[in-house]
Amino acid sequence: MQLPRFAQGSDPGPSFVDLLKHSGLSPFNAPDSEVEVPHGTTCLAMRFDGGVLIAGDRRATAGNLIRSRHMDKVVQADLHSGVAFSGAAGPSMEMIKLFQLQLEHYEKMEGRSLSLEGKANQLSAMIRENMPAAMQGLAVLPLFAGFEPADGSGHIWDFDVTGGRYEEREYVTIGSGGMHAGTVLKVGWRSTLDRGTAVTLACRALWEAAEADSATGRPDFLRGLYPIMATITADGWAAVPDAELETVFRGIEEEVRTR
Amino acid sequence: MSMPFYVPPEQLMKDRADFARKGIARGRALVALEHDGGIVIVAENPSTTLRKISEIYDRIAFAAVGKYNEFDQLRIGGVRAADMLGFRYSRRDVEARSLANQYAQAIGHEFTSGVKPLEVELLVAEVGDDREGDRLFHISFEGTVIDEDGFCVLGGDADLVSARLRENAPADGSLSAALKAAVAALAGPDRTLTSDDLEVACLVRADRRRRFERIEGAAVDLLLA
Repeated sequence: MQLPRFAQGSDPGPSFVDLLKHSGLSPFNAPDSEVEVPHGTTCLAMRFDGGVLIAGDRRATAGNLIRSRHMDKVVQADLHSGVAFSGAAGPSMEMIKLFQLQLEHYEKMEGRSLSLEGKANQLSAMIRENMPAAMQGLAVLPLFAGFEPADGSGHIWDFDVTGGRYEEREYVTIGSGGMHAGTVLKVGWRSTLDRGTAVTLACRALWEAAEADSATGRPDFLRGLYPIMATITADGWAAVPDAELETVFRGIEEEVRTR
Repeated sequence: MSMPFYVPPEQLMKDRADFARKGIARGRALVALEHDGGIVIVAENPSTTLRKISEIYDRIAFAAVGKYNEFDQLRIGGVRAADMLGFRYSRRDVEARSLANQYAQAIGHEFTSGVKPLEVELLVAEVGDDREGDRLFHISFEGTVIDEDGFCVLGGDADLVSARLRENAPADGSLSAALKAAVAALAGPDRTLTSDDLEVACLVRADRRRRFERIEGAAVDLLLA
């Protein structure tokens, strides 16, 4: 380990990405031609009374093959925010790792965390830098959800490959099954949703996405693998436990059986 | 052509050491104490924004006395070095020992060849899974690293505060006892210190990634009561 030193004009400040670049470790590199890599699929986020919910299935696919059954596409970014991704799994996970570090680095350097909008903006800048790679098929398309303690409410964003950042008021879905999940949310979403009904609605959306989209994984009762789901409220990030998800999905299964 | 005066190296080093010592002695002392639940660091610091104690990495904290602008630069360098190391290798590969060595080199270099020696004294603390694993590295203004055991005192009246702490060791292994002993040693017999005069932070021996925690205001008074 060596203490990095910078001249006055080239100091990267509290940005970890700039620090990496100044140290010759640029994290954004594009391949020369299109490459076939595992892809993540359906993720969603919605606002509910008191915060936001963020969820995603566990499947990663490479072409027509299932590459992983237990990928974590929904991760905590810091105490009050989380990020979920669809698209090329490798660059996505790398970007999320970098994003988590960026938030923590800023917090340690400045002694306080970024505002929620500041965090979304950081993510947007990273997506923009990844654009050359996105043009080669390595697109990273995350969604970002969090709670802003300053205004006491939850916020959700989705992005495009150019780094465009769109805040949504109700819900967002991304990935190959996103359209089907989005339809379920569109019908079921109310501004008065509480945590419990939001969890049920999210499960329903993921279920329908998995029914219609082969790249989206269903809850795997056999192996005990359920989607990753979490709520972010004033108290911070809280994962929805597997036991609760199992109960909800069993309920959905029963309802489908007796349709 | 004028000839520079010859200054013997002994005199040069002594002058530099006196200069640094004087600068550090102007500030208040700082105490770190191991206890069953981790490491508590207490500084006399009336400011709530200009910190003497801060987080470097998951298990590592930084504390300093002396000139603020100088030790804050070192803190920033430490955060950068640790975050880069963790990014390139693994979070587990970041440890206090190597960070303390880096600080020692940087400070030692400034002491011998800089324009002026840095007027700072540092502590790099790392919390382990048990008390055996706790580390307190004390780095002095000339770049000497001392691996302290149990507790560590930095700053002006370090000898005096250490003596008080040795005499008045914590009653038990709790955080509250450690904090009481640290505050009593900092205050001495003639003063009382309240939460307004103190900056308190902990490295918590808990099963989570980031172990650094500040204790502020009423929470400090509650532990001291």
